[in-house]
Amino acid sequence: MSNPPKTSLADLEERAKFVRTETVRLSRIAGAGHYSSTFSCAEILAALYYSQMRIDPQNPNWEDRDRFIMSKGHAAIGLYPVLADLGYFDPAELETYTRLGSKFGDHPDMKKVTGLDFSSGSLGHGLSVGVGMALAGRTNKRDYRTYVMLGDGELAEGQIWEAVMAGGHFQLGHLVILLDRNSLSIDGHTEDIMRIEPIHHRLASFGWDVQRVDGHDLTAVLDAFSNLPDAPDGKPQAIVFDTIKGRGVKRMEMSLDWHVGNLVGEDYDEVMAELEAGLQPYEAEPEL
Amino acid sequence: MTTEMQNEAEIFRGTTTGLTEFKDTRSVRGTPKAGMPAFVLGEELAEIAKTDPRIVVATADLASANRTNDFRDVHPERFFNFGIAEKNMITAAAGMAACGLIPYVATFASFSAILGAEQIRTDCAYPKQPVRIVGTHSGMSMGFYGTSHHALEDLGILRVIADLTVICATDANHLRAILRESIDFPGAMYIRLGRGRDPVVYEEIPDLEIGKAIRLREGTDLTFITTGSQVRASLDASDALRKEGISVRVVDMHTISPLDHNEIIAAAAETNAIITIEEHNITGGLGSAVSEVLLNCRRLPFLKHGVPDKYVEVGPPAALYASYRLDTPGIIEVTKEFLAAHQ
Repeated sequence: MSNPPKTSLADLEERAKFVRTETVRLSRIAGAGHYSSTFSCAEILAALYYSQMRIDPQNPNWEDRDRFIMSKGHAAIGLYPVLADLGYFDPAELETYTRLGSKFGDHPDMKKVTGLDFSSGSLGHGLSVGVGMALAGRTNKRDYRTYVMLGDGELAEGQIWEAVMAGGHFQLGHLVILLDRNSLSIDGHTEDIMRIEPIHHRLASFGWDVQRVDGHDLTAVLDAFSNLPDAPDGKPQAIVFDTIKGRGVKRMEMSLDWHVGNLVGEDYDEVMAELEAGLQPYEAEPEL
Repeated sequence: MTTEMQNEAEIFRGTTTGLTEFKDTRSVRGTPKAGMPAFVLGEELAEIAKTDPRIVVATADLASANRTNDFRDVHPERFFNFGIAEKNMITAAAGMAACGLIPYVATFASFSAILGAEQIRTDCAYPKQPVRIVGTHSGMSMGFYGTSHHALEDLGILRVIADLTVICATDANHLRAILRESIDFPGAMYIRLGRGRDPVVYEEIPDLEIGKAIRLREGTDLTFITTGSQVRASLDASDALRKEGISVRVVDMHTISPLDHNEIIAAAAETNAIITIEEHNITGGLGSAVSEVLLNCRRLPFLKHGVPDKYVEVGPPAALYASYRLDTPGIIEVTKEFLAAHQ
């Protein structure tokens, strides 16, 4: 199995929309959901799973498959529908989301969810898992890539930087950071809570190749993926995706109020209609 | 010889069986392999790995201190030094395990079990990954290095983690047996080691079943339930007490989790008292685990012997063992006091 057939841009837009609408739908089952952190990475997830990754949903334990680690585990709500849609499990199972005994919790469990390469939830761990998987690929003489989706807030965790250092040291060319740089953590702007910029320079100084693109521009996302080197040995790869937290729903865009929330009634219907209409140009709130 | 050199040499001297006179007449450079005969970790794994390509070993800048360099020298492509970054090492090992490898990651117990506790739980035990975390220099065996380098809490911290096997190695042959049994044992495992100077208990590699205690002495008056570094001293105390007419059963409770309930129940039924002996805080470790089982047994005199629930003094290891009565004379003394109190 090689890379999946390239999906059209229009189709990928639909898949990203699907990530968002499913997030809203599943959150209603739970009575709470991480909307805005999932919306910011919807295009990245769609491009990754429907165009970029070497996977075979009929053979989820295929040893040569690319791996994906959702280090920002609270965005799993956007990943579950993608895995179901690709055929890893019956989409009807998602109706149990977060209910007693469900396979699907707010944070994902690899022992319960087929197609999930690793469990997550405790921020700061995912890149270390990726380092291990990349080292295992080298040890086992397999050429898969390991993609790790990091949130920007979790970059304050020290363990991330242990792993960044290890990626450069071990020259893990098939280890790829996908940084969802949506600029907000729970309590505020990352630059106010714990500054991370200039993140591309910081990563580069640890020996990583860094690209920085608009994470909602599917063409740019795909281009960044196509720039990844084939050789498994060499500089590890980082793509900093500048994104907008809550992208796709105006009331949530760059709002601190929707990291966790619950949409019901008319609000639910309005948001679903807004998402169905597709992404509108982003308008930042004027500074008062 | 400078005082510093003398101290460096002295830390590897003396055991729980008694103080050893400092005799070196020449400088000691680094940590000689001969100084740690119980550290067969790297050597044994290197041998196993010759026929098992899944075995990999990692350490955090302590390859010589824990002798994982014996593995590195044979299988350099399967050895990873993560630098002083234990959390990254433990979690990366979980990533390796998820890709079919069986990683053994070794560092001081204070930094694997205490610093890395969350990584052990969240990344190894919870996703049931076959990571073997080896905590060397456990207890207070780092002596005058002080509390930062002691691990008198590791059993208590780790035995409450579900799906984590916790096991203590007694000596070199016992460690070899543990390593051989660990290869295909399901789930994550914490292997607690002393400081490589542990006196011999097993002259040959024992038949070992993880989760099943080994009864080393029969006895009727009371039972010592002990583990790891305290087994030798407990045996010697038992032998000395026997000469005084006190018959002591000795149980090597190597596996702390899952605990061998049957052996504890048998001791409660067949002997008249139980003393647990461990190089660990008396809160939360082997003694606490045994006492939980004894709640459902007949009432009998019971004593937890270990390190009091406070930070220990600084001193050479053998002096510490003597001070806390965790050497042979100390155990004899504690036992006699205990028996006198329950006459």
